[in-house]
Amino acid sequence: MTEHEHIKLPEGSIEKTTTTLNLGPTHPATHGVFQNILELDGERIVSAEQTVGYIHRAFEKLAERRPLYQVTPLTDRLNYCSAPINNMGWHLTCEKLLGIKTPKRVDYLRVIIMELARIADHLICNSIVGVDTGAYTGFLYVMQYRELIYEIWEEICGSRLTTNIGRIGGFERNFNDIAFQKLEKFLKEYPRVLQEFINLFERNRIFMERTQGTGAISADRALNYSFTGPNLRAAGVDYDVRVHTPYSSYEDFQFNIPVGTTGDNYDRWQVRNAEMWESLRIIEQAYQKVQEFKGAEADVYHADVPEYYLPEKEDVYAKMEALIWHFKIVMGETKIPVGEVYHCVEGANGELGFYLISDGGRTPYRLHFRRPCFIYYQAFEELTKGSMLSDAIVTLSSLNLIAGEMDA
Amino acid sequence: MALTNDRIKERLITKFGDQVSGFAEPYGMLTFEAPKEINLKVLNFLYDDEELKFRFLTDLQAVHYPDQKGTELAVVYHLHNLADNVRIRFKVFTDMNKPDVYTATGLFSGANWMERETYDFFGVNFVGHPNLKRILNVEEMDYFPMRKEYPLEDQTRVDKDDEMFGRG
Amino acid sequence: MPRPVSYNVNVKPLERDISLADMPGGHMGEGFFATSLDKVVGLARKNSIWPLPFATSCCGIEFMATMGSHYDLARFGSERVGFSPRQCDLLMVMGTIAKKMGPVVKQVYLQMAEPRWVMAVGACACSGGIFDTYSVLQGIDQVVPVDVYVPGCPPRPEAIIDGVMRIQDLVGKESLRRRNGERYKALLESYGIQ
Repeated sequence: MTEHEHIKLPEGSIEKTTTTLNLGPTHPATHGVFQNILELDGERIVSAEQTVGYIHRAFEKLAERRPLYQVTPLTDRLNYCSAPINNMGWHLTCEKLLGIKTPKRVDYLRVIIMELARIADHLICNSIVGVDTGAYTGFLYVMQYRELIYEIWEEICGSRLTTNIGRIGGFERNFNDIAFQKLEKFLKEYPRVLQEFINLFERNRIFMERTQGTGAISADRALNYSFTGPNLRAAGVDYDVRVHTPYSSYEDFQFNIPVGTTGDNYDRWQVRNAEMWESLRIIEQAYQKVQEFKGAEADVYHADVPEYYLPEKEDVYAKMEALIWHFKIVMGETKIPVGEVYHCVEGANGELGFYLISDGGRTPYRLHFRRPCFIYYQAFEELTKGSMLSDAIVTLSSLNLIAGEMDA
Repeated sequence: MALTNDRIKERLITKFGDQVSGFAEPYGMLTFEAPKEINLKVLNFLYDDEELKFRFLTDLQAVHYPDQKGTELAVVYHLHNLADNVRIRFKVFTDMNKPDVYTATGLFSGANWMERETYDFFGVNFVGHPNLKRILNVEEMDYFPMRKEYPLEDQTRVDKDDEMFGRG
Repeated sequence: MPRPVSYNVNVKPLERDISLADMPGGHMGEGFFATSLDKVVGLARKNSIWPLPFATSCCGIEFMATMGSHYDLARFGSERVGFSPRQCDLLMVMGTIAKKMGPVVKQVYLQMAEPRWVMAVGACACSGGIFDTYSVLQGIDQVVPVDVYVPGCPPRPEAIIDGVMRIQDLVGKESLRRRNGERYKALLESYGIQ
């Protein structure tokens, strides 16, 4: 046609009836860097192709260079919203490999820290689901209470976000009175805030219409995609690593596993809220149990494993064995036994697994992280096929994709 | 009757004879290996059998053993029986020069990206995979970085002095 | 016995009222105030910087805490964070930039309109951080010119606010002719940007 000669369109683009939209790596609503190339028919999504790897930092290769203690800061940066769970999971894997048994008080303190981390992660996820449907207030309210959680971690390990908390066998220092005071303050103030946050959204017409029925997945498909964590529980399967293979004395606690029915966005949001209530129950029980230890037992904060746990500084300066062990641990010259171990913990997103193969040297021979976010992101196309673009955005945020964990 | 490691071992040997070997139980998890030609048969057997019911693929990845000539790359599957709460580890060894392994995506949709990651890092070619491209590294990369012969650092960087890091 | 953790309970009284910006030096008279243009423009620009948070990883979560009500970046005029490069002044790169992401950072930088500033938040954006690997860009100054580097892993919100205040100093004191000058052009040429 002569009047359109100056416009050169690519081959097949006039016949193509769908629009290609690049939901690119730079993403509003600060989720993380992953890309979706969507084919849209008007507002409906016909297909979605995901690209990840925009923050691939080669953790697995890095871990082959680092002795056991130096891998802990790497694990922080996997799921950075709930870093203590990753740290403790790694230390539990090392303890399984080395055959170390931790005392009960250490287990209960670890449970407190891990459940606080779970609350922190679910708070971000749920408030970001609110932000994506247009409600910014919930996010601001709730970030204030994450600051309280950060302060508790700061009292114990010194750092807010990438905590590097704990050691193989326990903690680096005993929880002091101020940490317990902050914990009590949190336990007193937080339930009211959580209730207020839930009231903002739970029976809100707009939120319910946006999230119910969108991004649904059935239990069979979810299991086939190897989903774990709140996404799987929202689909109806009650698989929780804390109950199936208890670690760190979780069998001593009473808690329920909240389960959804349809696996859509609303169910995921509800499951995470219910898990936050359950986490509060666990923290209260753990705190009570910790206070029951009296006398010498109340000062126990690590297992008695001098080959892997840094000795006290006074001993380092006075005793020869302590000096040698200190030197060997810091320089990473302690030998790890030969073996392969797979250990998993219930991270905030699901089963976070560590597959560690050691050949007896100072660093792992192969360390693989079984990252839940990576595994369930591949189901995104199936979750959003045929739905509208704005539903896809809400699905993306309700899946709780953390880019650091996805790409590792 | 509870599903124990011995029972699983018995069933596997009854079905596959001496093709399954290398039985070990490191830290309580039954581990065995099989030749790469029958990996799908073993996975299907573990999936379909009414007693074994290993229907959840926990993890799929590879390990590089440069010293074992002829079987350098090992593809490791971790499976989980959710009903009876039993885990199992299944290894398949393959040669470096011809690293072809049949894909498990027909059975587990979750294996799709796990196999792409294994291909990206180790170069294991999964036969029959719908979309075997690099997933985490840049598309133009021409080597498989997790293999032991390649270094961790980017060799073209100018601002870090390897001498200072003890790697000069 | 490890060192006990200390707790700061001293409350410092406020020395001066910081709710109003200082007036620039100039000549005042009946009904008029004369000063130089770049002082006024600098004052206006520095108190209303609109950032583009390019949050990739952990530092992004500390940025979210900075934007929250406890540390409140909005006090400094950065109330409206935008994700469109055309509408923003300050590109805050927070988190690790992998080699796959490098071209994206450069493209976002190119789409920003002058005057634009870049802040590298966190060790990974400054120099690659702890990730000295084949897949991580060792610092974003390999692809874009950076004005302020904020170290930390992750930097505390106070450190991010300090970085924003340094950017404010730079913006307030910048000459109006800088972006057209030879030195700036040479700087952009060295990055391959026209």
